[in-house]
Amino acid sequence: MARKIDVVFSDFQPGSALRAALGMTPTSVIELVTKSKLRGRGGAGFPTGLKWDAARSHRSDDKFIICNADEGEPGTFKDKNILEKQTAKVIEGMAIGAYAIGASKGFIYLRGEYKYLVKDLMKKIEELKSQNLIGKDICREKGFCFDVDIKLGSGSYVCGEETALIESLESKRGEPRNKPPYPAEAGYLGQPTVVNNVETLSFIPHILLNGAEWFQQFGTEKSTGSKLFSVSGDCRKPGIYEFEFGITIRELLKEIDADPDTKAVQIGGASGFCACSDDFDKPICFEGIPTGGSIIVFNKSRSMFMVLKNFVEFFQEESCGQCVPCREGCSRMLEGIEKFEQGRGSSKTINDLLELSTTMSLASKCGFGQSVPNSFRTIASKFKDEILSAGGGEVWRS
Amino acid sequence: MAELRITINGASYKALDGMTILDVCRREGIHIPTLCNHPDLQTRGICRICVVDVKGSKTLQAACSTPVEAGMVISTTTDRVRKSRKTIVELLLANHYTDCTVCPKNLNCELQSLANEFGLTDLRWKERRERTIPQDDSSPVFIRDNNKCVLCQRCVRACDEMQGVYAVANLFKGDSMIVGSAFNKPIGEVVCINCGQCVAHCPTGALSEKYCIEDIWKAIDDPKKVVVVQTAPAIRAALGEEFGYPAGTRVTGKMASALRTMGFDYVFDTQFAADLTIMEEGYELLGRLRSALTGGEAPALPMTTSCSPGWIKFQEHFFPELLPNVSTCKSPQQMFGAVVKSFWAGKMGIDPENIVCVSVMPCTAKKFESIRPEMARNGRPDVDYVLTTRELAVMIKQAGIDLHDMKNSTFDNPLGESTGAATIFAASGGVMEAALRTAYEVVTGREVPFKNLDISPVRGMDGVREASIKINGAQKDWSFLEGVELKVLVAHGTANAKKVMNAVREGTMAAHFIEIMTCPGGCLGGGGQPLPGTPEIRLARAKAIYEEDADSPLRKSHENPSVKKLYEDFLGAPNSHLAHELLHTHYTARGQY
Ligand SMILES: Cc1cc2nc3c(=O)[nH]c(=O)nc-3n(C[C@H](O)[C@H](O)[C@H](O)COP(=O)(O)O)c2cc1C
Repeated sequence: MARKIDVVFSDFQPGSALRAALGMTPTSVIELVTKSKLRGRGGAGFPTGLKWDAARSHRSDDKFIICNADEGEPGTFKDKNILEKQTAKVIEGMAIGAYAIGASKGFIYLRGEYKYLVKDLMKKIEELKSQNLIGKDICREKGFCFDVDIKLGSGSYVCGEETALIESLESKRGEPRNKPPYPAEAGYLGQPTVVNNVETLSFIPHILLNGAEWFQQFGTEKSTGSKLFSVSGDCRKPGIYEFEFGITIRELLKEIDADPDTKAVQIGGASGFCACSDDFDKPICFEGIPTGGSIIVFNKSRSMFMVLKNFVEFFQEESCGQCVPCREGCSRMLEGIEKFEQGRGSSKTINDLLELSTTMSLASKCGFGQSVPNSFRTIASKFKDEILSAGGGEVWRS
Repeated sequence: MAELRITINGASYKALDGMTILDVCRREGIHIPTLCNHPDLQTRGICRICVVDVKGSKTLQAACSTPVEAGMVISTTTDRVRKSRKTIVELLLANHYTDCTVCPKNLNCELQSLANEFGLTDLRWKERRERTIPQDDSSPVFIRDNNKCVLCQRCVRACDEMQGVYAVANLFKGDSMIVGSAFNKPIGEVVCINCGQCVAHCPTGALSEKYCIEDIWKAIDDPKKVVVVQTAPAIRAALGEEFGYPAGTRVTGKMASALRTMGFDYVFDTQFAADLTIMEEGYELLGRLRSALTGGEAPALPMTTSCSPGWIKFQEHFFPELLPNVSTCKSPQQMFGAVVKSFWAGKMGIDPENIVCVSVMPCTAKKFESIRPEMARNGRPDVDYVLTTRELAVMIKQAGIDLHDMKNSTFDNPLGESTGAATIFAASGGVMEAALRTAYEVVTGREVPFKNLDISPVRGMDGVREASIKINGAQKDWSFLEGVELKVLVAHGTANAKKVMNAVREGTMAAHFIEIMTCPGGCLGGGGQPLPGTPEIRLARAKAIYEEDADSPLRKSHENPSVKKLYEDFLGAPNSHLAHELLHTHYTARGQY
């Protein structure tokens, strides 16, 4: 059974992991991270070591590492907490990454609404500088320089997508780029760039200090380590939790003291998956139900139709608007969903929207449009009657 | 570049590292539908109509933006591809105000073609888009109807990448996204050079030029009016495309017949005025060089051409301090209008009030040029109406004429006589070549030292081209030019022009004379030309233009008999007082906001 553990928020001596890293070659740091099988916590779950290795292998004098603190997924608030409480750990994760890939400049891309954190973050950066943990010739290692800047996001969900984030950093509209090239090859200002989630970076110092085997003892075969969850909704103990990967939904619901009449759990926020009681024994991990960490619990009193509508409204507004399947698809999907409210929806409407979903998932330019249909598909299949009867009348079958 | 092999629909193909899937498919004749893609513009990969299946990939990949990789296995016909493409067309149509039968782009609309290609017989999203957004008709030359916009960003990219003007951009996001100008101002209130490259790159009816067709029919039908028409050099190499002729077919004679059949009283040629321009501009250049080299008043050098009205407005906005460098010559269109309503009116004994001067231009900026206050005398514009090539095609069709049926005829004289030097005004580098043919001969008494008078270094499609000619054997009057290496430069597309003018501003530009054309390839790629316009089509048009020049009995502007006679009978000499009054102009410094 998966355990509740405490890594991310555990005590940490600033500089200890960085010194360990500087005692190794950049390649062996990357090897260590690869061996730990750490996967990105921002949602996509890409192996961090591989990403770093790609960025290292592309030659350039100007490489960058970016901490993705845009945290835009509805229902998540873990990154804010990590940054607030473990600033030094995250920045040290960045510095280790910088050393590994050969970068000398880092950015924290901070969600606009977290502006109030800037002052403290700046203070911490200054403090670390005075301790020679960032800045010039870090830890007296000649020639290793690394500076960190904070950039505020401007309030768009898509800006959390790494290439849109980079566009935004370059003062352009936050619209995702075509991939390839991936940021590790051509990112910020066209230079090799690593974008990592706050949480991902916070594990790095621990892996440096405790080793890959230690990290691998947590979690599952394909999803090593632990994961932070932002829990909200119908439960007695909402908040932030750290569990090993592989925890089942049922175990999680127990830990957070969810309402006994819980009927659905939205895993991974608006762009994630809706689980119903049939799914509660499934594990949360990349090979099971993946998540960036948002857990929203719904009890029997909630209308799943309204939940769905709320999500799709969010998407329609937050789509960056550049690609057709996503921009037009979100609008048509919302239009279709509203039909049910007006008593004009039918099974055919659902089928049309399912076909639309397929195209959105297959043909959208970025992960946003590709994942918009996740919630529709899961809610519409598991709570079909609630959708069909949203107009208040009989369930309308045709 | 490394060679690799990929498989498309079961067959193996060679490809080069760096090519996209679309590149290879195009080369191999494997059809991939596209919409946001345009060979003039950088790839955005946003319409997604070109998606293909790549083995091993969970999602479909956009052929336009996906680079090939060794061993890639691609299918362009799978069920997922077909369904997704069709859905994308349906999605576009669901949000497109569809009034095809009365749309200026009817039968020449890429969205309409896609609907046809996918055999749509029904729409799943039937709540059709109405005209919910007011049209923006604040531009003097074009209309934006965002109800028909498919947000392909081609106009935005044309304006940014080709022209460096940045008049339009994406505004807002998601469902609310539109193309508009800064602070959502109407286009008429921001910096726009009226070049029409946005219009020329729009796949739908979202952008179209303002028509003046009805006004012209009215004038033609008015017995009191004498309606004269002039056609720019670029029209004859492109108009045929509107009637199904392959790009690069010369239809000069058929066009003249069609214009006459339509009821124009006199069918003249802007090329007459192009030859006149060369005389005025050539002497102006020589005059500036004389001042510069003989220690007179320091003139503004390099001198730049002034034929391209988009470029003039660009310069007025972005390089106002360099306006003295611009030749004071009016463009051929305006010289023509001025001559018609002065010299010709007098000669024919017609009250200029009763003359309606129509011009057919490959250009939308010419519409704006004709309404500039400095292009009118006594409150009367020299050119009354400007038609684009596309509008002329509409008029010809409205008159029930098929260009194919027309016999060849010639322009009326004297304002229809011209040389090959005037024809090449249509191509980037052409004004330069024409000017050099004349200026060199004026100075040395000998023809330019290029085989067949073809000054090939200034020809071609590179964005910026430089050349130089050493002057040997200058005649007595021009001895100050003896041994001088005359440096010239040609640029097209105002984004290229911007780079050139930045160098002028910084003083790092050695050229004496610079030709700038607003549009790609020069006027033959103008914003008013038949659609589509691609690099290939422009090359075909350019070829036709240079052939027409080569076939011309006279190929130097100063040999145009009617121009010579105009000087003898009326103007006196190039840059004379009267010439200045009629044929030269001044410019207005404008802000950037
Ligand atoms: C629409 C969209 C929004 C995203 N928002 C975030 C975000 O807020 N924070 C984040 O870390 N990753 C976000 N991502 C994932 C990033 O693109 C990227 O995969 C991640 O930052 C990489 O870091 P990791 O490998 O450490 O997870 C988002 C992706 C998409 C498609």
